[in-house]
Parts: sequence; C-alpha cells; structure tokens
Amino acid sequence: MIEIKNLHAKIEGKEILKGLSLNVNKGEIHAIMGPNGSGKSTFASILAGKEEYDVTNGSIVFCGEDLLELSTEERAWAGLFLAFQYPIEIPGVSNINFLKTAINEKREKNGHEPITAKDYMNLVREKSKLVELNAKLTSRSVNEGFSGGEKKRNEIFQMAMLNPKLSILDETDSGLDIDALRIVANGVNKLKNENNATIVITHYQRLLDYIVPDFVHVLMDGRIVKSGDKDLALKLEKNGYDWIKKENDI
Amino acid sequence: MANYTEDQLAQDLKNQEYKFGFTTDIKSDKAPKGLTEDIIKLISSKKQEPEWLLQNRLKAFKIWKSMENPNWAHVKFTEPKFQDISYYAAPKQSKKYESWEDVEPEMKETMKKLGISLEEQKRITGTNVAVDFVMDSVSVATSFQSKLKELGIIFCSFSEAVKEHPNLVKRYMGSVVPPSDNFYAALNSAVFTDGSFCYIPKGVKCPMELSTYFRINEGETGQFERTLVIADEDSYVSYLEGCTAPQRDENQLHAAVVELIAMENAEIKYSTVQNWYPGDKNGLGGIFNFVTKRGLCEKNSKISWTQVETGSAVTWKYPSCILKGDNSIGEFYSVAVTNNFQQADTGTKMIHLGKNTKSTIISKGISAGKSNNSYRGLVQIHKNAKNARNFSQCDSLLMSDECGAHTFPYIECKNKNAKIEHEATTSKIGEDQIFYCLQRGITEEKAISLIVNGYCKEILNKLPMEFAVEAQKLLTISLEGSVG
Ligand SMILES: Nc1ncnc2c1ncn2[C@@H]1O[C@H](COP(=O)(O)OP(=O)(O)OP(=O)(O)O)[C@@H](O)[C@H]1O
Ligand SMILES: [Mg+2]
Repeated sequence: MIEIKNLHAKIEGKEILKGLSLNVNKGEIHAIMGPNGSGKSTFASILAGKEEYDVTNGSIVFCGEDLLELSTEERAWAGLFLAFQYPIEIPGVSNINFLKTAINEKREKNGHEPITAKDYMNLVREKSKLVELNAKLTSRSVNEGFSGGEKKRNEIFQMAMLNPKLSILDETDSGLDIDALRIVANGVNKLKNENNATIVITHYQRLLDYIVPDFVHVLMDGRIVKSGDKDLALKLEKNGYDWIKKENDI
Repeated sequence: MANYTEDQLAQDLKNQEYKFGFTTDIKSDKAPKGLTEDIIKLISSKKQEPEWLLQNRLKAFKIWKSMENPNWAHVKFTEPKFQDISYYAAPKQSKKYESWEDVEPEMKETMKKLGISLEEQKRITGTNVAVDFVMDSVSVATSFQSKLKELGIIFCSFSEAVKEHPNLVKRYMGSVVPPSDNFYAALNSAVFTDGSFCYIPKGVKCPMELSTYFRINEGETGQFERTLVIADEDSYVSYLEGCTAPQRDENQLHAAVVELIAMENAEIKYSTVQNWYPGDKNGLGGIFNFVTKRGLCEKNSKISWTQVETGSAVTWKYPSCILKGDNSIGEFYSVAVTNNFQQADTGTKMIHLGKNTKSTIISKGISAGKSNNSYRGLVQIHKNAKNARNFSQCDSLLMSDECGAHTFPYIECKNKNAKIEHEATTSKIGEDQIFYCLQRGITEEKAISLIVNGYCKEILNKLPMEFAVEAQKLLTISLEGSVG
C-alpha cells in the first residue's frame, strides 16, 4: 500500500525526520507511538502533502505512485486520508455540504456525475450511524463549536464518508471519553477490510485494546527506532521510552 | 437554502474572465456629450416631462454646479470628466413591448447571458418575479403588470410614473434624498433619465418579489437611475435590484438615487446584488458607482437593506435609514468584496429620531489582491430617541498580504437611555482551513469559495433564494485566483 524509504524532512531549516522508513500493506493496522515532539504529526502532514515541509531525501510510493509528485488534493483522490490531531473549524459551511463537495470533486476527477441527493443522504445516514454521530452535528458548520471529542468523532465520520485506502489517525483517541473511545474504535474496525490500511498515531496503549494493531512502531529522533507487535505498546506503557533511548544512544 | 447554494458552487463557474463582459448591438439615440441647461431641457423634452419636473432638474443642476466632488471617502480615482459624458441614450426602438414574443432576439440574448430571461426566471425559480428590465435608460420590458394591477400595486418605470402618477412622484421624489444632499445626488436629480417606481397601497402585502435589473449598455453613457419605492400603511414589499455591466476600457460613471418610504406599520426589504464591471487585473477600466440610497421609516415600520457588492472599480455607497417614527426598525446587511485594484467605501447611516427605534448593522468585507475595502458607518441617536438600540458588527476577511481593510465607525449619541453595541473582527483566510479542505480532496478554488460563502452566510441567508444563488456565484467569480 505504502512504502516509505529513508525519509528526511525539514521545516524552517530544522531537520525533523531523519531517515524514516516504513512499509504498510493492504489489510494492516500500524500503530506509531513516540514522545511529544518526536515528529509524528510532522510525518502525517508530510504524507498528506503539507507544503511547508521540505522533503530533502527519501521516497514514498503509494499504491504504485510516487506520492511526493502528487498535490495534496491528488493524494486525497488517490485514497489518502488524514484525521487531524487538531481538526479545523470552517464557520458557516455545514458538514454535509463540505463532504458533498469533497465527494463530488473526486467524482468529477474520475469523470463521474455528481452524487444524487438521495444516495448522498443515505450515505450520510449510514455513516453517521457507524460513529454514532448526532444528526445535528452533520448539519452544523464544520467543527465549529464542537467539543474536543465531537471533533475527533467527526474526523472518523468524514473518513467513513470518503472511504479512503489509507487512513492516518493522528491522536484521534486523545480527548475522547471512555464510551466515545469505544465508539470511534468500533467505527474504525468496521471500516477496516482487506483492501485498506490504517496508521494509528497514539500515546496510549488503551486505544490498542480496541483497535488491535498488527505492528507497533516507536518514532523517536525522526526515525522508526523500534518495531514490534502489540506487546511493545504494553511494554512502553509500563516502562516509558527511556530504555529505547538507551538502546539507540539518543 | 444553504444546501442548495453550496451545491451550485460545486458545479458552475470555470471562467475567470468577467462573465458578463459583452455588448449588445442595438442602435441607440444619444444626446451630445456634455452637461448644460440645454441638455437638461433636451432630456426633459425627449421624455415629454411636465414643467415642474424640468424646473426641479434645473434647480438641482444649479445646486450641483455649486458643489465639489466629495473627497472624504477612502478611495482614490480620477474625477470623471462630466463634460465628456452623454447624458441621454434611448434604444432606437423604444416602443413598449406588448408581450414577451415581441422583444428583439438580441435583447433576449443579452438577458440570457445575464441569466435572467423571463422564461428562465419562471422555469428555474418557480417563483413569481416581476421584472422591469432597464436597458440603458429606458425600460423596455415589463411583466406581471396585470397581476400587480389587481392589487393596486404600481410597479413601472420612473418615466411612466411621472406620466401616470404625477402626484405621487411630485410628493415623494426628493423627500428622502433632496438634491442638495450630496454632489452625486444633485447630479442625478438634474440628469436622471429613468429608473423604477413602486407603490404598494395600504394593507397590501406584495405577493411576489419585485425585481429590476440594471445594465449599462452604451459606451460613455452615464447612468443616472432613479428609484422610488413607497410602501403605504400596513403594506409589505420585497424589492430586488441587480446589475451587471459589459466589459470596457474607459471608466463609466453610475450615480443612482434610491428613495424608500415606509409608512406606518409598513415593511420594505430592499436587496441588491451589484456586479458592475470592476476593471481588469491591472486596474484598468471599470465602473464608478456612487450611489445614494436612503429610506424613511414612519411609526412601527421597518426597512432592511441587504446588499452583496462584488463589482465596480470604485464604490461609494451608504444605504441608510432615517428612523423617524417610534418603534421603527432599520437593518443593514452587507457583503462587499474587492479584488485586484477595486476600491470600496461602503456602509450605512442609522439615524434614530423616534423612541424605541432599533437598528442592526452587519457588514462583511472581503479584500483580495491589492484592493481596499472600507466600512464607514454612522449611528446617530437624537435627543428624543429614548431607548434607541443599535447593534453593529463589522467583520473583515483578508485574502492577501497586499490588500487593505478599514473600519470607520462613527457614533453620535444624544440620549442617555440609548444602547449601542459595536463589534469588529479582522481575520485572514486560514492556510490551515485551506489545507484541511485540500486534504479532503477539495481544490483550492473551491475551498476558498466554500470558506468565503460560509463567512458571508449570515448575509446571504437574508437574500431571496434566487438572488442568494446568483450572489454566491458572483462571490466565487470575483475571488477566483485570489489566494497566493
Ligand atoms: N511549523 C513548524 N515550525 C517549526 N517547528 C515545527 C513546526 N512544525 C513542527 N515543528 C517541530 O517539529 C517537532 C515535531 O513536531 P510534531 O508535531 O511532529 O510532534 P509530535 O510527535 O506529533 O508531538 P505530539 O506527541 O506532542 O503531538 C517539534 O519539535 C515541533 O516543534
Ligand atoms: Mg502530534
């Protein structure tokens, strides 16, 4: 699905990613953990195509295409989705119109007619049920006045609506209460199939009880310094990151 | 409604150039250039006007000659050469059309390009919109007259009103905007050629939106439209005014006067979508739009001004309300967009004279390119205006680093019981917002259009549906390619 090799990236002259490599196959769930400021969100933004970051070295192949050659919206059309750590508010633009625009832009690119109102409303109904999103929230302005947890849930609703191949969830669990965490995790699990993949960025192994990862990676000092299965997350929860730092001379 | 409109945006509009830039080839009958008493007499006689109107014009002309072009607005432009303008032009075949079928194909084509053909209006909107189509200075197509007539509603060209309803015109014309009000009002009073007239009788709620489309069609023809709307006691009317102009190089002057009179318990909603040619990317050409709009509110009456301003090279416009009667209400909802080298100085005046009078001002300015966008508002509370209330909100959205947004609120309060609130914000269109849209697969142009329309939603929601759609398109067109 995605193959990242030796990725180096800078912002304002400061190198944040220093040789990150990662392989994600269809049907897999990968968790990325790591201390604050280690570059997790930076990595997610670079995958999504944020221009402020300079990729100075390395390669990313996404579904056979050179991802770095694609613009942000082309990446989205190709099936890449980012659930933002801090979702953005767009006052005056309702969620459903926002998503309808997004869906129709993609359809237009692929030479399809815009989605019919009926199909669209059915889709909204089906997907909002999946993440148990209050119908009122779907017609309110995008994230405006949403609580922290509602914003996160809305990200997963959008993910469900856009049906991406690769989803990157950047700390979607933080700020969620226990019930919401379960609901969001259930949503992600239901959306999972053998043709898509998910990268979950998190600080808490708690989430991984619900979304069981095939792999857990530790991002530190701009690289993946350790990989393992879900037991690694348990170990991190118990012992913190110091032992990994020592192992890697950081 | 919002659903419908954003949807529309998702479909149309790819063309960056001024969409309505075309000229219709209809032979016209034009006065020689320049402004003298003789020209005014010529206009008056061509229009077969009564003597009192000619005398009014000549008086206004005297006043105008004694006045200076105002220079207090935050705009810079070369003063129009008033002696280089032709003050009268009428389509050669200025006969009245008996029916829609009688209208020339060229005229129909023009209206089609404007997206306002009667068939289309009827078909798409399914609503009854009476259109008094003003092409250059003489009204050429009028419809729905009979239906309005049944209710006693008068909706006709200004010239016709002068002939058919001289008493109403004589009594109210100039009663809200006297010629001495300002330089351009004086000029208009001297040389106006046509416009619209509307009278709603006592107790009548006008069942359809009354709509007038203005259009400049003749090179170097000054446009001096005159509109007079009178809502008698307990009546209601929603009036729409919209305009587009063909693309051309030399600046054109547009100096309209609009007067509204809301008698006891009456309500007037006046909506404008203004899209005069704004000039090209380098600031060449475009319309000068210097308009005086004012309404008078008697007891318990209400006047709402809603405007979406996207056009003109220079705009100078302050739709105002004189809240004379107790408990009367004045509202002003405005979106003003400037791009490239456009300059706009717009706002409102709310003059509170009566007790318990209320006014609301919501102004949204959007500046892009190298443009300048100013809000200028006056809230004046007079001594007797006990318990007067005003709420003003002025928001500015900046699309580039080179544009300007300015706010000039003036408050004069002579009554201690009055309550005045003012809020103002300035924001820059967020790169984060755009990135968020892009990540969802929404292209930048569309993202901007979504964000801007969201920002203006409060105002767009005040417009009648068919106008809101048009307004959203205009916002999108006028801001295309403006972020970077
Ligand atoms: N626009 C920027 N300008 C300067 N420094 C930046 C910028 N964006 C990120 N950084 C820096 O890059 C480093 C990595 O930040 P990033 O947000 O990727 O961390 P993170 O791993 O997601 O942290 P957290 O767990 O707190 O979310 C931080 O030191 C941050 O300050
Ligand atoms: Mg982060």
